[in-house]
Amino acid sequence: MNRRVFMKAGAMSLVTMGLNPTFLRRAVFAQQLPGAQKGKILICLFQRGAADALNIVVPHGEREYYNLRPNIGVPRPNSISAGSAGVLGNGTAPAAIDLDGFFGLHPSLAPLKDLWDKGLLAPVHAVGSPSSTRSHFDAQDYMETGTPDNKGTPDGWLNRYLAVRGTCAECEKPTPFNAVALSSQTPRILEGPAPSIAMGSLDDFTVRATGSDVQRLEALYRTGSADLIHGTGAETFDAVKMLKGANPQQYQPQNGATYPGSPFGRSLKQIAQLVKANVGLEVAFADVGGWDTHVQQGGATGQLANRLSDFAQSISALVTDIGNRMGDVVIVTMSEFGRMARQNGTGGTDHGHAGALFVIGGEVKGHKVYGKWPGLAREQLYEGRDLALTTDFRTVFSEILSKHLGTKSNERVFPGFDGRANWLGVV
Amino acid sequence: MRKTLLLLGATAGIAALSAFATGPATREQTADEQVKHVLNRLAFGPRPGDYDRVRAMGIERWIDQQLRPDNIDDRATEQFVAAHFPASQMSAADLMAKYPIVNAAQVAARRAAQGNGQLTRDDSMQFMQTARRNYQFVAQLLAERVARAQLTNRQLDEVMTDFWLNHFNVYAAKGQPERYFLADYETRVIRPRALGKFRDLLGAVAKSPAMLFYLDNWQSMHDSTRPALASDARRGAAGGFRRNPGFGRRPGALGGAIGAGGMSDPRRDSLMQAVAARRPKGLNENYGRELLELHTLGVDGGYTQQDVIDAARALTGWTIDRPRQDAQFIFRAQMHDAGEKTVLGHHLAGGRGVEDGEELLDIVARDPHTARFIATKLVRRFVSDTAPRALVDRAAAVFTKTDGDMREVVRSIVTSDEFFAHAAYKAKVKSPFELVVSALRAVNAEPDTTPRTAQIVARLGAPIYGHQAPNGYPETGDAWINTGSILNRINFGLALAGGRVPGVSVDGWPDAARLTSAPRDSQVDAVIRAFLRGEASPDTRKILMSGVNPLAASAAKVDSLGIPVAEVDDGDEMMSSKRQPQEKGARRMGMLPGDPLGRGKPQLRGLSQIVGLALGAPEFQRR
Repeated sequence: MNRRVFMKAGAMSLVTMGLNPTFLRRAVFAQQLPGAQKGKILICLFQRGAADALNIVVPHGEREYYNLRPNIGVPRPNSISAGSAGVLGNGTAPAAIDLDGFFGLHPSLAPLKDLWDKGLLAPVHAVGSPSSTRSHFDAQDYMETGTPDNKGTPDGWLNRYLAVRGTCAECEKPTPFNAVALSSQTPRILEGPAPSIAMGSLDDFTVRATGSDVQRLEALYRTGSADLIHGTGAETFDAVKMLKGANPQQYQPQNGATYPGSPFGRSLKQIAQLVKANVGLEVAFADVGGWDTHVQQGGATGQLANRLSDFAQSISALVTDIGNRMGDVVIVTMSEFGRMARQNGTGGTDHGHAGALFVIGGEVKGHKVYGKWPGLAREQLYEGRDLALTTDFRTVFSEILSKHLGTKSNERVFPGFDGRANWLGVV
Repeated sequence: MRKTLLLLGATAGIAALSAFATGPATREQTADEQVKHVLNRLAFGPRPGDYDRVRAMGIERWIDQQLRPDNIDDRATEQFVAAHFPASQMSAADLMAKYPIVNAAQVAARRAAQGNGQLTRDDSMQFMQTARRNYQFVAQLLAERVARAQLTNRQLDEVMTDFWLNHFNVYAAKGQPERYFLADYETRVIRPRALGKFRDLLGAVAKSPAMLFYLDNWQSMHDSTRPALASDARRGAAGGFRRNPGFGRRPGALGGAIGAGGMSDPRRDSLMQAVAARRPKGLNENYGRELLELHTLGVDGGYTQQDVIDAARALTGWTIDRPRQDAQFIFRAQMHDAGEKTVLGHHLAGGRGVEDGEELLDIVARDPHTARFIATKLVRRFVSDTAPRALVDRAAAVFTKTDGDMREVVRSIVTSDEFFAHAAYKAKVKSPFELVVSALRAVNAEPDTTPRTAQIVARLGAPIYGHQAPNGYPETGDAWINTGSILNRINFGLALAGGRVPGVSVDGWPDAARLTSAPRDSQVDAVIRAFLRGEASPDTRKILMSGVNPLAASAAKVDSLGIPVAEVDDGDEMMSSKRQPQEKGARRMGMLPGDPLGRGKPQLRGLSQIVGLALGAPEFQRR
């Protein structure tokens, strides 16, 4: 049988089944989307393994910091240490980049300094989960479910946000790319009833059939009973076309953005592609490992410094690449907990308590370090060893959800938690 | 008279025989559908020839046989497993001896000894290699699950093993020791009891290092406000626990044994730090809560927070002896809360020991909520996502009457009219594991001795021993079907048909030799028989029939009805050559690098093209 004949016959049989083949035509044109979508976008980045907040947003004005970390402390900013009898820092070696005279960025975070200067970057310090657990497993679970110390929560808080958003009658129907995780499995934070896509890379989001087999497979899902599998399959083929229409293969970063070749850099590049492809992205998620620095983590240079270079270059490239659209985008970073204030016996740091995160975006009230600083004197430390917590991570996330994405209440997203009174004003 | 009796007897015999062949007349499904149904529900899908075998044997007899796995000869499977996945049969102690835990501190120690503070490239490489070698046993465990499900003649037993491993979920990456406990958990705790008594299974799980570690009970101890059952003469209860948890420094008297004795000091320190961070400070409710909520009563099982606390208190002292050596269950009196407790209205007197926990398990295993909760889950697994209430009631009643005899509970479900109703036929969506194994069985694949196929299961969204939360993977179809998962399922079918799944070759299919040169319609019919129960819709058949057609190459891009017929390739292969490196964690578990579905697009022609399309079809996603 001639294939063209078959295709017609196939379409005819659709008609006889009461289905209108125009949806096929619509699918063809789905790639021709209206202009720039005006929606707000939230990008969540998880540093898995417990990032060492005290060496990331360095409290260089805190003398105790250098007592606790004689070998791995990040030296005082050169502008400050020069001339003073400062501990660590001789005015030439890599040192913290001063932010406000008390805090500084790790020197590897130099690419983020520009965002700080432009008022796009707001670090929040002494923030995290109130749970006392020091288990990566539990703490990541809590941060992603948004319910510290409750392991029974079946869904992640980002998914609950999407579910709440789904009840909005006047909102546009979400596209298949409404929520995307750049990971091969759906992360805990997006688990739940609201649909999301998890993909290792945009390359994965293609039907690996050659030639007209793609159409044959599509036809298999567009004929037959109107059940969940067929319906979702039809949407899948729409989504594939949508993405193909956005032509990710031909993607060139803009504004001179250069992404590192690392997995994290690639993830963020693909998030930028999705943002700019106008495929209806609202929530994006990516994670990056390598923060569990128990051994030889280094100070201004070394293991952690290398991780931070990749981290900062990737984020900087994303912001540069997205360009003006950053007015609609908020990026928030997170890590399950911080690390011990005192360096350990193997040149690293062990599991701690409070950490630090970054909020980045056009709507962000940047150029300010947020959060009450609890101090590092022994009696100020949590359980005598860790940075104490002064801001619950849900306070920051709920403020972003309300002010950036427009939720009226976050009761369903963070059950039993109302951080409104403590919002930091970060956006 | 005697003649009449004989005659009557013969008639009854014939009636019984025909009932064996087709089942009671109250069943809605045809005899033909019933055979296909049981092969998709009590087994991981049919292999070539299974349909005829079950048909010849009779459904009732086949079900009865499957319910008595010990009577089924499965030596071939056992031999295969023993030959290719020896780690899956080893004890935790043997695994730890053969594949010692690798720790970054080892490397650090070596470097420190050389007076070299920096991590050199060689150091990193060496560490990675050691790690990869030492964790490759995890890959064996995962591969074994797939191969066994594919091969075993005890199909229902393996379906139930899969069910219980999901019900009593544990997570390989909970922490380093957990992966050493998995083989024991699967082969000695779960599988031997998959069709046994629920209380027996529950008790074995409660005492398994895998569950004790996963849900933290191994470090749960009496609160400081509560009396301990026994005090430690030397350092108090907490000290007694800490001195011999196996993670830290061991007393000198035991110093020469396997494991910790061979550790370098920095490594031990690092382990000490890891343990110090989780040092028990008192009661840990984690297991107590999940025992009630997920393992027995169910979330609506009528228990209170106080029940959770008292259940956890009853289980204090249930811990792991020497978790880095032979990892056995032990009851430690000095950790046990000796106060009195009340659980679900039952009073547990003070001053008792391990019998506190045993009685707790008796209470929850025999609670009517548990019968109902387990019955519901089983009906959902075997019959449909919307478990018919009347069937749940009956299965729960069997549970109660037989004291949780799972063989009889399952029998009541899989011989019920609801099970054989029209509504139940093809009503379930295959989980990723079921999808992959059913495809392997349908093509009669050689079992994969590498972790590759297990990685495909992970790629489809359900990594084996990879579900982090204690609730296990969902048992309902809506959870498995979303935009990304359909794409992965389609691509899996294409990869399998393209010969990219180890052990799979469409040419190796029993009928392949004859079919390769057969006309397209014979090929399509054979594929529909093997993969789609011989029940494809006219549309599906038409689509499969369309196949490779030399005339198609010159077709226009959009025909007059606006249907896309583009033949132009889109250059995805070029993109796919830039594969991203595998995640570090996966490599350390002994996984193979690269995309488990291979690179780019397989070229499918003829029979393999039909197979690829059939596996990607909606019908194959159902069981």
